[in-house]
Amino acid sequence: MTALLSIRGVTKRFPGVIANADVSFDVQPGEIHALLGENGAGKSTLVKMIYGVQRPDEGTMFWNGAPFAPGSPGEARAAGVGLVFQHFSLFEALTVAENVALGLPAEQAGRDLPERIRRVSAEYGLPLDPARQVGQLSVGERQRVEIVRCLLQSPRLLIMDEPTSVLTPQEVETLFLTLRKLREEGVAILYISHKLEEIRALCTAATVLRGGKVVGACDPREETARGLAEMMIGRELAPPGAPSGTSGAARLTLTGLTAITTAQFGVSLRDISVELRAGEVLGVAGVAGNGQDELVAVLAGETPVSPAMIQLDGRHVGGLGPTQRRRLGLNVAPEERLGHAAAPEMSLTDNTFLSARTRMRLALRGFLRLGAARGYAAKVIEEFDVRTPGIHAPAGSLSGGNLQKYVIGREILQAPGVLVVSQPTWGVDAGAAQAIRQALRDLAAAGTAVMVVSQDLDELMEISNRFAVIAGGRLSAPRPAGETSVEEIGLLMGGKADAAA
Amino acid sequence: MTWAGPLLAVALTMIFGMILFAVLGKDPVRTILIIFWEPLTNDFSRSELLVKGTPLCLIAVGLALGFRAGVWNIGAEGQFIVGAIAGGAAGLAVYDTAGIWVLPMMCLAGAAAGAAWALIPAILRIRFNANEILVSLMLVYVAGLWLSALVTGPLRDPDGFNFPESRIFHDSATLPILIEGTRAHVGALAALAAVVLAWIALERHEYGFSLKLFGQAPRAARFAGYREARVVMLSMAVSGGLAGLAGTFEAAGPVGQLVPALPVGYGFTAIIVAFLGRLHPGGVLLASALMALTYIGGEGAQLEMRLPAAAISVFQGMLLFFLLGMDVFSRYRLAPSKARLARRAQGGAA
Repeated sequence: MTALLSIRGVTKRFPGVIANADVSFDVQPGEIHALLGENGAGKSTLVKMIYGVQRPDEGTMFWNGAPFAPGSPGEARAAGVGLVFQHFSLFEALTVAENVALGLPAEQAGRDLPERIRRVSAEYGLPLDPARQVGQLSVGERQRVEIVRCLLQSPRLLIMDEPTSVLTPQEVETLFLTLRKLREEGVAILYISHKLEEIRALCTAATVLRGGKVVGACDPREETARGLAEMMIGRELAPPGAPSGTSGAARLTLTGLTAITTAQFGVSLRDISVELRAGEVLGVAGVAGNGQDELVAVLAGETPVSPAMIQLDGRHVGGLGPTQRRRLGLNVAPEERLGHAAAPEMSLTDNTFLSARTRMRLALRGFLRLGAARGYAAKVIEEFDVRTPGIHAPAGSLSGGNLQKYVIGREILQAPGVLVVSQPTWGVDAGAAQAIRQALRDLAAAGTAVMVVSQDLDELMEISNRFAVIAGGRLSAPRPAGETSVEEIGLLMGGKADAAA
Repeated sequence: MTWAGPLLAVALTMIFGMILFAVLGKDPVRTILIIFWEPLTNDFSRSELLVKGTPLCLIAVGLALGFRAGVWNIGAEGQFIVGAIAGGAAGLAVYDTAGIWVLPMMCLAGAAAGAAWALIPAILRIRFNANEILVSLMLVYVAGLWLSALVTGPLRDPDGFNFPESRIFHDSATLPILIEGTRAHVGALAALAAVVLAWIALERHEYGFSLKLFGQAPRAARFAGYREARVVMLSMAVSGGLAGLAGTFEAAGPVGQLVPALPVGYGFTAIIVAFLGRLHPGGVLLASALMALTYIGGEGAQLEMRLPAAAISVFQGMLLFFLLGMDVFSRYRLAPSKARLARRAQGGAA
């Protein structure tokens, strides 16, 4: 059988780094092929070359046996390559059909488009209303828009980049059904994910990249998740420490926390009451866009609320700003690293001033202590293994995972009384993710109350003592992590608070 | 790299300025020499550099701080006028009273009035999201009319034969001269001090840090706990205060009284100075010297070459134009033709 896509000896260099070195592998028709690797292993570059965004420096690609060198995404799509991005490129104010039309060649975006969208989406079990505004859709539904847009062009190879990171377990199941149906029709799928259990459940072949090179190929169904992870990072993983069971006095108490938003597509927080105790990790699960951003902004002090709604060690802090809250021991690491948790153009040294100037005394009567800031930046880099040329590197020059380590490290090393982190390991590779989770657990063991807001259920299961779900701006009552099944959580995430109670 | 832009912009301004002068029928090389070289060849012109550079530098330093934070105070000219009015009025209120406290009092009044005038657009932006560029610019004309009204009314010289001008300030209300026999006054020292203080604020103090952070990443600034309202108020007040101080200096220094012709556009030219100096205090110092040069040389060119005053304004404006153009090209490159763009848009949108 001729492979649908053959990659032979492909090398791609960027100034100072080799993104892909002599990469070779085959993707067969009707195969779900996993592309595994840590951040920076070269997966994205490879995908960009297949999709015609970049061209290989050396080596060739073959499509059905014929040389394949797409010069633009348009050419790649004409050949039959479809790509579903990790981050969607949709306009919230437009309808589903309008968004789909924007991505299609003009001759395909005719009057019958809504009908075709309806037909294709029904056929593949991805129900979509073409007339709805994208801003009103859930994240899972938005992903459907992207997938349907690809399917309308009848691709022969579908590339999916981290497709499940934003989905509920039920949505993941639906997606898998669709992918399997496509596979049966002979479509090949190149599946990129960090979630090894999913890969084991879905994929029939895998290519493992490390440092730009192919370091292994396997049938993931025959490997353990642990084995796959070790293949990716090239060393043995330390077994995760068990969550500490002890929890002490309440450090952060939310009482009837309500914050009505006026922003379009924003979510209002409604009557959230929860207690965060010393020594525990409270996981907050939920599908993106259910109030997580708003909750984190309220806890950070960026959105003030009435004082009694938030109590920190018994003090009313709801009306205080971020600086005063940090002084009292409440630190927050928001989800968006660039532009929110860190200023992209500023150096890692300058970025310590953002959140650490009070607790670490980096500013004295308003005067910046540059020496102290350099020392603190160096300490964060050292202790959290941030890979960077040095403390003078601008934050925007770091890769996502490394910047995440820096941001989390900057908060953890301040030894706050309460730490709220959002998506602590989003886009971070397995090794670094484990280091971050361990650091959060160690922090809790030292008496800090930690709240982790995440969409990664496996992660929350691993590190949380207790567990709550946010849906539609309401937070469910927390329950011990061990006593909750993934299915129950999935139902809660869908907003069915009573179904699982 | 940072400084290549301004230098190239100056070079381009000279080239296109020469073309402009040639089109006007003047000897281009000679005109450029008169503008950029002759002022440096005699003592009086050199001292005039200080006279013209002082207000430019004072105002531009303040503007640079605000521009760093993305607060666009375009109305420094108005704050300059209001500062001159308040400082001058304070001096006239104690006419013929001697005392070393008179000048400091005038300076305080001028700076406070300039700051207050600048706070109007700041408050309107915070409260109603009104664009501070438009509001501060419009207030320039309001301030100009106030000056005219006051010097033809309450502040008019009682012995001045109804000319629209105030009394000439008495000695205690006049700035001491720095260099004997010239008009260079102690305001130059204040401008230098402002440069140093602004540098400390920007590089060593949280105030400057919050400005830079707000300009670069507003959400990160809010995360860091800096409130937008505070940043906007402070940067408008500081730039307005410095412009007001410059106005007082101008009235109590080279002009010596309040006249409707007191404002000559320093507040607008300072915008060019701030950008030419890369919004950096040290750069602003150099840029204000350069712009002062074009003022003095421009006057010389008007006299010697019979160039219209507007030609000099166009010449100064070119500098800002090329400077901003350089910035665009240092950040972006030329895009391919429309057809390729369309193809790429198709390719990139999937």
